[in-house]
Amino acid sequence: MSTIVRLPNQQDATLPKRSYLNSEYGLKSWLLTGDHKRIAILYLISITFFFFLGGAFAGLIRLELLTPLPDLVSSDTYNKLFTMHGIIMVFLFLVPSVPATIGNFVLPIMVGARDLAFPKINLLSWYLYIVAGIFTVSALVLGGVDTGWTFTTPLSTHYLNTHVITAAMGVFIAGFSSIFTGLNFIVTTHRMRAPGMTWFRLPLFVWSHYAASVLMVLGTPVLAITLVLVALERAFGIGVFDPTKGGDPLLFQHLFWFYSHPAVYIMILPGFGVISEVISTFSRKRVFGYTAVAFSSIAIAVFGFFVWAHHMFIMGVSNYSALVFSLLTMLVAVPSAIKIFNWSATLYKGSITFETPMLYAFGFMGLFTIGGLTGVFLGSLGMDIHLTETYFIVAHFHFVMVGGMLMSYLAGVHFWWPKMTGRMYPEGLSKLAAVVTFIGFILTFFPQFILGYLGMPRRYHAYPPEFQVLNVLSTAGASVLGIGYLLPMIYMTWSLKYGAIAGSNPWQATGLEWQIQSPPPTENFLETPIVDYEAYDYEWLANKTQHEVTTVG
Amino acid sequence: MHFFSPVLWQFLVKWLTEFALFPPEASAIAPYMDAFYFFLVLISLVGLVLVGLMVGTFSIMFRKEKNPHATHIEGSTLLEATWTIIPLALFMVCFVWGALLYFRIYNPPTNAMNIYIVGKQWMWKAEHPDGQHEINALHIPINRDVQLTMISQDVFHSFSIPAFRVKREVIPGRYSTVWFRATQPGTYHLFCTQYCGTLHSSMIGQIVAMSPEDYRKWTAGSTSGQSLAQNGERLFASMGCVSCHSATAGARGPNLAGLYGSKEMLADGKTVTVDDAFLRGCILNPSTHVVMGYVPIMPTFQGQISEEGLIDLVEYIKSLDTADRIRQTLNDSHYSPNQAGAKGAAPNYRSRQLTGADQMPDAKPDTSSSKGMGPSPQ
Amino acid sequence: MDSQTVAARQEGEIAHHEGAHPHYLRHHFETVEQQKEAVSFGMWLFLLTEIMFFGGLFMAYLLYRNWYYDAFVSASNTLGIGLGTTNTAVLIISSFTMAMGVYCAEMRNKRGLMLSLSATILLGLVFLGIKTIEYHDKYTEHHIPGANFSIDDFVHPADKRDVALAPDVAQHAQIFFFLYFAMTGMHALHMIIGISILFGLLYKASKDAYTTGHTSIIDNFGLYWHFVDIVWIFLFPLLYLISRHPLH
Repeated sequence: MSTIVRLPNQQDATLPKRSYLNSEYGLKSWLLTGDHKRIAILYLISITFFFFLGGAFAGLIRLELLTPLPDLVSSDTYNKLFTMHGIIMVFLFLVPSVPATIGNFVLPIMVGARDLAFPKINLLSWYLYIVAGIFTVSALVLGGVDTGWTFTTPLSTHYLNTHVITAAMGVFIAGFSSIFTGLNFIVTTHRMRAPGMTWFRLPLFVWSHYAASVLMVLGTPVLAITLVLVALERAFGIGVFDPTKGGDPLLFQHLFWFYSHPAVYIMILPGFGVISEVISTFSRKRVFGYTAVAFSSIAIAVFGFFVWAHHMFIMGVSNYSALVFSLLTMLVAVPSAIKIFNWSATLYKGSITFETPMLYAFGFMGLFTIGGLTGVFLGSLGMDIHLTETYFIVAHFHFVMVGGMLMSYLAGVHFWWPKMTGRMYPEGLSKLAAVVTFIGFILTFFPQFILGYLGMPRRYHAYPPEFQVLNVLSTAGASVLGIGYLLPMIYMTWSLKYGAIAGSNPWQATGLEWQIQSPPPTENFLETPIVDYEAYDYEWLANKTQHEVTTVG
Repeated sequence: MHFFSPVLWQFLVKWLTEFALFPPEASAIAPYMDAFYFFLVLISLVGLVLVGLMVGTFSIMFRKEKNPHATHIEGSTLLEATWTIIPLALFMVCFVWGALLYFRIYNPPTNAMNIYIVGKQWMWKAEHPDGQHEINALHIPINRDVQLTMISQDVFHSFSIPAFRVKREVIPGRYSTVWFRATQPGTYHLFCTQYCGTLHSSMIGQIVAMSPEDYRKWTAGSTSGQSLAQNGERLFASMGCVSCHSATAGARGPNLAGLYGSKEMLADGKTVTVDDAFLRGCILNPSTHVVMGYVPIMPTFQGQISEEGLIDLVEYIKSLDTADRIRQTLNDSHYSPNQAGAKGAAPNYRSRQLTGADQMPDAKPDTSSSKGMGPSPQ
Repeated sequence: MDSQTVAARQEGEIAHHEGAHPHYLRHHFETVEQQKEAVSFGMWLFLLTEIMFFGGLFMAYLLYRNWYYDAFVSASNTLGIGLGTTNTAVLIISSFTMAMGVYCAEMRNKRGLMLSLSATILLGLVFLGIKTIEYHDKYTEHHIPGANFSIDDFVHPADKRDVALAPDVAQHAQIFFFLYFAMTGMHALHMIIGISILFGLLYKASKDAYTTGHTSIIDNFGLYWHFVDIVWIFLFPLLYLISRHPLH
């Protein structure tokens, strides 16, 4: 199957003389920068580090699970492995992944601003992220932590001798990093839009980031105070979550999931934004039902706040709250379904090309559909009894978070790579990586659905031998998946020096960020842009390209 | 004949012989659960195929070579309404179906046989009413409703029997219940599914479902000689409960005979039904459970009595039908616990339960007679 | 769809760049107005996160108050109402001095601004001082949970109007005090952060930073200070006042 890779002006494109990358030199100019693009790059580097650290833990977990017996590592070590995998991947990778890197880079440009509203707070957010990372890594180096990423009380407060407080501090600080990112995005979207950039001309990427930011700003502080209470209870031996002293461990569950359920929408919503951009660009069509897609993001954010207790169906919540939370869970599934169908319909009568970001986006749609629909299994009260706390739930959230979020993250990184660096990644190798990732992913996580229905509990170091076949398949898939993730890191790094020069708008996309040079100048726009076209207006773009001799900037 | 590695060959053989898509259907609820599961799988397949077909067909039909110019389409309210309402309707079906199943699994029938489960790091202890104690195993008869009343001594655990499709969180300081009706004799997995510390994955056991005759044989062969109620009676005497709850006129504490299941008015005017949880609360936090007409003088037994001891006491109180039974305890309360243990098999102390200790005339003195006084959870 | 955008873009906003910018206008904002609105909107959002942060504590407090009503009432009665009321008054006055500061900044009255900020710092420190005395009282009364906590005061109350609690009920006073320390501690932490910022503001005010038309920072710090004040306005009745027996 042949596909067309058309990179306009590629032969005669040159790297611009001045850009945000070479406006200043030296480590200090990076570490003290207020430029959202440089902060995005700082985030990109640090997030990649933590992704591979968390991935290494995942690899060890899969290796241990190759055999039913606990033979590779001890139980303590195994528990620490999955805890560190969870904490690092959730709080240091998934939550900041798209927003803090891609969002940070393109959101201000998309709305036509010269920077985020609060550049210093943006930088502070990165430093907080690094401090959180240091705390987490020191918890690891000092001997690890084995609470599970959920910090369940009273286990975490009274029964473990590991570095729970250090890890909780790490998560606490990472939370503030994400609050500041969200706050910056909301204010920027409200107050920094260029003249003519009305709310309904905003790219859907901005809408979904806006919805995710609302969740970050309102949800994260609740997690913060919960972790403070856990740390206090652990430090002083008395507390509100200890049943022997009159406390209620279920209160912890409520407070924790009040953040941690919206958190999955914090993680996935920015991914939705990436997919909207990619699908529209490569089918050269406006997203089908722009308003529906925009409002479904908001609907997810609103409903997302009222479904937390579906994590507690088997813990003895009252029948009425079980009913209400199950109903709301069903409702929150609808906007996601709308999005999937609207993206599919966007392809209709488009003019579709299959560049790497598009392949990742297709992967996303398949995997997220499975992930979303299996969420309906878990939201149905009776089915949840059998499936919760098994590998089914592990498979479900990996389909949503890895199949959904990581696929869209990679789609986004490939999509905006030319804008960030001014250079193209190698097309053939990247397509191979996309396909390898997809196959590896299915092989790793699909068997886990079956394992879950068979009853294999999550977080098990050893398991009954009849589950081995599926576990071997899963581990084999994980090795393929690992290759799929290593490849982009290698060729992306290679492309920094040897990649073809991209030109300002290699994809012929309509977003404001594509109308300026790549890499962009420090101030983004030499003059404030005036927006007089709707989002994803490819006719406008075609006209503009015809009439314009040189690109802006 | 192996063209490839023997390990791979073994693996394939294993794959072909052991491959299963769902666990054995060994309880009355399991077929209903599986039916619902297949319905959900069907919905998912339809959804996935639909999205796959749309993406696949459009990708082929409207690829750039075929369709060099995109046609502008704004959207379609009708279409969007369709794919809002149809999924919503399907999800609502799932919601109702799931809710019906949920209430069925979590609302036990009234005549179910009750077994107590105590979870602790990292073992399951099962206590049958007739005094059979099991660790990491549970023997149950088939074709009989069995209710489990469960509590944790330390952290959250979760009691899961995949073959029965039931699972429930076992919570510290609070009873939770689950019930099932086994249909197929056999041995099934018991898992702790809530992460509970280092040896979480060793907190497993066996569920042995047996025909009623086999179960009778098993109960007869493995009793400790003391029913839970008898253990409870011993505790009741040794901890001095009888001195106030003496069922005599002018006693300082309420008469406990016939109390279980009745409705009581509390000192603060609330009316409660006396159940396991209420009795447990009375023993641990007496001052907040004072019955109307009594003075709050009872001391707390928090930290002095283990979860098993509490279960024994509750079972004892359940077994009290007349004030006479309490007075018998009163008369014998000069026995020390050890003597009481030896005395336990005497016919006088037969519990109301189905198979009393009288079936076991040569019962040995119970080695676990002092377990009620065991160390408290820290 | 026409091709005027670029042209319009070139003409459009030149006017903005022509006029002289005040030195405090950050380069990425178009106008002072936009900067002011953005900063104040950001501050309100931040306060919203703060509400959620304290919200978790209030949630826990209301739950346990409902469960352990008697213990909470008795424990609440041991708090020093005199000190608590004084502190409330101190904080309300500090809010007033802060508001005066904002007013003076707007009026470009440097001396008034510095006086108001100093007064606010002083009142903040007085509040923390009184809080320290209260904490010390709790220490001497053995009311600090986890550290030599004693339920004697609740089982054998000194005041005749207090209900003597059974020991198992009195135990739950520990939860009250845990929440008391967590809530007032978090509040005190916010005060300490506020006072530290105030010192910075005072120093900059002495360099004429806020009395030349750029009042945004003072305005928004004022919002923060009032928020901290309002949190106390909720804490004081919840912890000290509700269900308390009447004064002598």
